[in-house]
Amino acid sequence: MADTRIRSKAAPVSFRGVSKVFGKDVVAVDNIDLEVTAGKLVTLLGPSGCGKTTTLRMIAGLEMASSGRILIGDKDVTQLPATDRDVSMVFQSYALFPHMTVLENVSYGLGFSGFPRAEARDRARAGLDLVGLKGYDDRLPSELSGGQQQRVAVARALVLEPQVLLFDEPLSNLDAKLRRQVREDIRAIQQELGLTVVYVTHDQEEALAVSDEIVVMRNAAIAQIGTPRELYDAPVDRFVADFIGEANIIPCEIVAVDGESAEIAVDGYRHRLPSRGMPPGPATLAVRPSRLRIGVENGFRATIRKATYVGVRMEYSVEAPFGEVFVVQDDVQNPLAPGEDIRLGFAATGPVLIPQG
Amino acid sequence: MRKDASEVTAHPVLIFWIIAGWAGYLLLPWYGIEDGFFRFEWLVDGWPLEDDYAPAAVLVGRGEKLWLAPLVPALVAPLLVIRKRKIDPAYSVVLILSGAFGFSWLIAQGFGIGIRGFNYDWLTALFGELGDRQFGMGYGALLVASSFLFLFTQGIAARGAINGDVFVVSAIGGVIVIVATFVFFPIAKMLIFAFITEDGGYSATVFLSKFFDDRLWGLGCLWGARCGAAWNSLFLAVLVGFLTTVLGLAFALVVTRSGFRAKRVVRALTVLPIITPPFVIGLALILLFGLSGSVTQFVAELLGVQPTRWLYGLPGVLIAQTLAFTPIAFLVLIGVVEGVSPSMEEAAQTLRANRWQTFRTVSLPLMRPGLANAFLLGFIESMADFGNPLVLGGNFDVLSTEIFFAIVGAQYDQGRAAVLAMVLLFFTLSAFYLQRAWLGRKSYTTVTGKGDAGVHPLMPKRLAVPVFLVAGAWGAFTIVVYGMIVYGSFVELWGVNDSLTFKHYVTAFAVAVNENGIHWRGAAWDSFWTTIYIAAVAAPLTAAVGLVTAYLLTRQSFAGKNAFEFGTMLSFAIPGTVIGVSYILAFNVPPIEITGTGIILVVSFIFRNMPVGVRAGIASMSQIDRSLDESSLTLGANSWQTFRRVILPLLRPAILAALVFSFVRAMTAISAVIFLVSAEYDMATSYIIGRVENNDYGLAIAYSTTLIFVMLAAVGLLQLLVGKTQIGRRTQFGGGG
Repeated sequence: MADTRIRSKAAPVSFRGVSKVFGKDVVAVDNIDLEVTAGKLVTLLGPSGCGKTTTLRMIAGLEMASSGRILIGDKDVTQLPATDRDVSMVFQSYALFPHMTVLENVSYGLGFSGFPRAEARDRARAGLDLVGLKGYDDRLPSELSGGQQQRVAVARALVLEPQVLLFDEPLSNLDAKLRRQVREDIRAIQQELGLTVVYVTHDQEEALAVSDEIVVMRNAAIAQIGTPRELYDAPVDRFVADFIGEANIIPCEIVAVDGESAEIAVDGYRHRLPSRGMPPGPATLAVRPSRLRIGVENGFRATIRKATYVGVRMEYSVEAPFGEVFVVQDDVQNPLAPGEDIRLGFAATGPVLIPQG
Repeated sequence: MRKDASEVTAHPVLIFWIIAGWAGYLLLPWYGIEDGFFRFEWLVDGWPLEDDYAPAAVLVGRGEKLWLAPLVPALVAPLLVIRKRKIDPAYSVVLILSGAFGFSWLIAQGFGIGIRGFNYDWLTALFGELGDRQFGMGYGALLVASSFLFLFTQGIAARGAINGDVFVVSAIGGVIVIVATFVFFPIAKMLIFAFITEDGGYSATVFLSKFFDDRLWGLGCLWGARCGAAWNSLFLAVLVGFLTTVLGLAFALVVTRSGFRAKRVVRALTVLPIITPPFVIGLALILLFGLSGSVTQFVAELLGVQPTRWLYGLPGVLIAQTLAFTPIAFLVLIGVVEGVSPSMEEAAQTLRANRWQTFRTVSLPLMRPGLANAFLLGFIESMADFGNPLVLGGNFDVLSTEIFFAIVGAQYDQGRAAVLAMVLLFFTLSAFYLQRAWLGRKSYTTVTGKGDAGVHPLMPKRLAVPVFLVAGAWGAFTIVVYGMIVYGSFVELWGVNDSLTFKHYVTAFAVAVNENGIHWRGAAWDSFWTTIYIAAVAAPLTAAVGLVTAYLLTRQSFAGKNAFEFGTMLSFAIPGTVIGVSYILAFNVPPIEITGTGIILVVSFIFRNMPVGVRAGIASMSQIDRSLDESSLTLGANSWQTFRRVILPLLRPAILAALVFSFVRAMTAISAVIFLVSAEYDMATSYIIGRVENNDYGLAIAYSTTLIFVMLAAVGLLQLLVGKTQIGRRTQFGGGG
């Protein structure tokens, strides 16, 4: 019997100045450069209409780049249609063929790759095994639950041992509980086999949880590329700060820069943080709601406007001199009441300076 | 494991078409064979040396038909690039050039040289008298032409059109060429005929005198004389459009907005126009209201007046067409009435509108585009209808019958037929254009993918009463009419001898069994079997062309797609009589010489019914999510494999429906058929019309009744089969083996 274990033939993907224009002037992707390292899981993240799905479909060959070059491995695939690229994709709707059984679905692509029928069947079975669907061979897709269909779709893509595996919002049709588990399963398989995976989502929590690297996209362009930590802790701008976990955008004044560290003032309140190369003068600060502290002695003055109890924590809308801020506190035992005057400060780490704008 | 197509140097599709081209040139008879397309006696009758059956290569080798020689380089050139890669620029350039040159040379020589040598004086002037002639194209020419076409499309694909997809580019090319050949070419040829004078020259005055003929545009009916056919047709079509819309709406309201129990019966109404040959209603009306009709006789006796021929003319045609086309309007309007979102109506009710106000201010305005659509459909159908005016028209001339009499009557005036056809085409195309341009944009369809949990409110009282009255009366009338058809087929001689008999059925369908097996003795068998045979050949071809077109329209995007769609749906708006006239004008001379054969009937059915297949295909293909195709592509299947293994299996119900409907429509068609039938290939409908013209109503009605039941059986079988496919499933690997 042939060795049917699924292996990885992971290859890097690179975009060199790629643009995609629909019709005459609808720019879906605008001159992006992107390197996806082999064996890594990279997420394309952004609001709807930012070009992330178009980017993914250009890797698959379902859309052709209007300009620029796309390489998979060291081969230029810019002009190759989907059929001829060594890439497979898991669709948002799963796209299982309703008239074929589970096994026929999974062995569908193997048939076109030149495997003899018996070996295709064995490989398909091995794929089903890998996703935990042993014994479901003869079911029709309509006889499976959403989560099972999802796994068939993954198996169908995996058995081809593609150089790159693509996921288009794979969790969006699953209920909330299942999502966490499926996303962990996907991550586990990816790491175990060492696959190159490009993953599209608009859910920042999902992106943070599964990715080696996240590409945040906005208006057809890349806003920032980085590891989940880098994006969360050091967003390059207001958009990224706000998109990855909420952030309060607070105007401040850099009063002194001392090498790597800077001292800022917000309405008289002083705080030290990394300078990120910014000169003294007016600046903008991004602060996560959980990184604001209520009751800091020399903090700036503010007034509670709204207080909401959400179980694990309290959420406050607070009016500060420069506008409204959103604060989250873990202390649910001693809630503050609307109208109370407080002093606000920052946690020791967390707030970051971002370029103004 | 995946092979890279850009590295491949042996292209099976290319090799196939090159071989096909050479086979067409070297082996198969180049010209059409007199015996018929599906007769193969020529194989043992002197082929390949006999002149009639010789392949092009033999003819050229003997020094005959030398104008076929330039095709050789176009056939040789592709051989040079077989081993080249697709991305090699030479590959696409050579294929495009040889394909384009070969194809255009083939067409040019086909039109340039006819039965009497050069077809055009300037060619004779240029090259001198040609001492040779040629006939219609045959197998060889057909195969070589296809080969050039698909070499050309492969060249285009290799240049990167549509992601380099050979299947899609070839399908687009194929559909364009056949639609151009069998829809646009004949129409264009017909338009030219409108300008030809009696001695063969071209003249605009001929056209103008025929166009401004009083018989066409006269307004005599305003003061008691006769009106022109154009005004008659227009007036009739507007009336029919209006009446069928009102009646269709009434039925649709009864079915969706009332507590009426027998809704299924009303829905079954929609099958009627599909299975009824168009003139049968007219026949039934004659049995009821004709000079010796039951109702006429009864009323005449009751009131003591002379029976009149009031039915023949506008009233009869109007009643017959309204009966025939109301179900079509109903079919359109039921979708429209159900399409009005119940939550809109519920919203109006919670805003304190009562039921009548809700209907008037919300429901009806939302239905407006649907009503306009139903009106235009009724208009087009009435314009195009041929059978009822022929049977009932009397002195009321309409365009479709005038065309017929211009061609087959004593006048035999092709130019006049062409002019009349142009006017008719102008009316139907305008309606078709209005329907698409104006209604296409204004879709009020309020149904979204999301479930709409509301319930349609019942009709308000003051609407319900008249609606029920109208629908009830018309429904009863329809039942009586269809009852008359069945009953009439058993009556000896209507109005004269009312005794019941099987005589007509025996005359038509007698069967005797003797020592030679079954002997089909009845008078109708010949045309019956021809009809079945032609319809059975046409149906799969129609379905195939329709579904491939639907696939291209729903699944692919390419430059000029809108024009492509308009062109393919156009044949829906071309009345059958126009198709009939244009076909006999275009296809009775080389290069395509198929008049009088079965092929011309098959071809006319394919292009008359293609829109049905296209619509069925589009409707069910838009139910199949696009991601299924895309996932098949990313799994390594090419677009042909995707079409065959994913789309076609999922389309099985649509394929069956397209098959059955094109079969049934081919059996009921009359308007184009009546121009195209020949002694050898007579169709059921034209045979029946012939009986009617001889006043042999009994046989005509018996035959019609039989046809209706045959088609009812076909449609019933379809229902059964489609029902089965939903649970049917295929297991490729067996039970876990």
